[in-house]
Amino acid sequence: MADTAGALTVEEPLDLVRLSLDERIYVKLRGDRELRGRLHAYDQHLNMVLGDVEETITKVDVGDAAPAVRAVTRAVPMLFVRGDGVILVSPPSRT
Amino acid sequence: MLFYSFFKTQVGQQVTVELKNDLAIQGVLESVDQFLNIKLRDIHVVDAERYPHMLSIKNCFIRGSVVRYVQLLPSTVDTALLQDAARREAQSTQQMSQTKAAAVQA
Repeated sequence: MADTAGALTVEEPLDLVRLSLDERIYVKLRGDRELRGRLHAYDQHLNMVLGDVEETITKVDVGDAAPAVRAVTRAVPMLFVRGDGVILVSPPSRT
Repeated sequence: MLFYSFFKTQVGQQVTVELKNDLAIQGVLESVDQFLNIKLRDIHVVDAERYPHMLSIKNCFIRGSVVRYVQLLPSTVDTALLQDAARREAQSTQQMSQTKAAAVQA
């Protein structure tokens, strides 16, 4: 193992998350929730602190006729996210 | 350990803890432990009309595993310090796993 491995090498999956520090990321969570925000900190459980977060909750209205998909968004300036709800972490899509 | 230390710096601050059952509780962070269990004082439920069950409760202990989010005041968070701490934590946990791997091979 390269013990000179500083901050620049990618050896394990979490290194990709480390390279996203201070970048905006997309996080998919359990319960049809998604976050977009700036990554300030993370640990091996994928606990995270995000800044300028936009949370999107996708709800399905099962009503009378056609079930409609409804996306509710809200903004949170500074947010700690517990890692056990995290499904994936990625750079945000351009949409 | 990073977030345990981080939450210790937040003791005394106003926070909103959102639980996995959608209940959101706002209060002053009184203490935190290594499991990120949280004690809050002077609490109120954010949507009290929908959750009237806890109106009389002033203080509470929240098991860490039922927390989904903790909303913080941005002015109380030093983001540069936090990022440095995260990089250091990443390095030290990586070194630890490499040492273990070397020990298994030996």
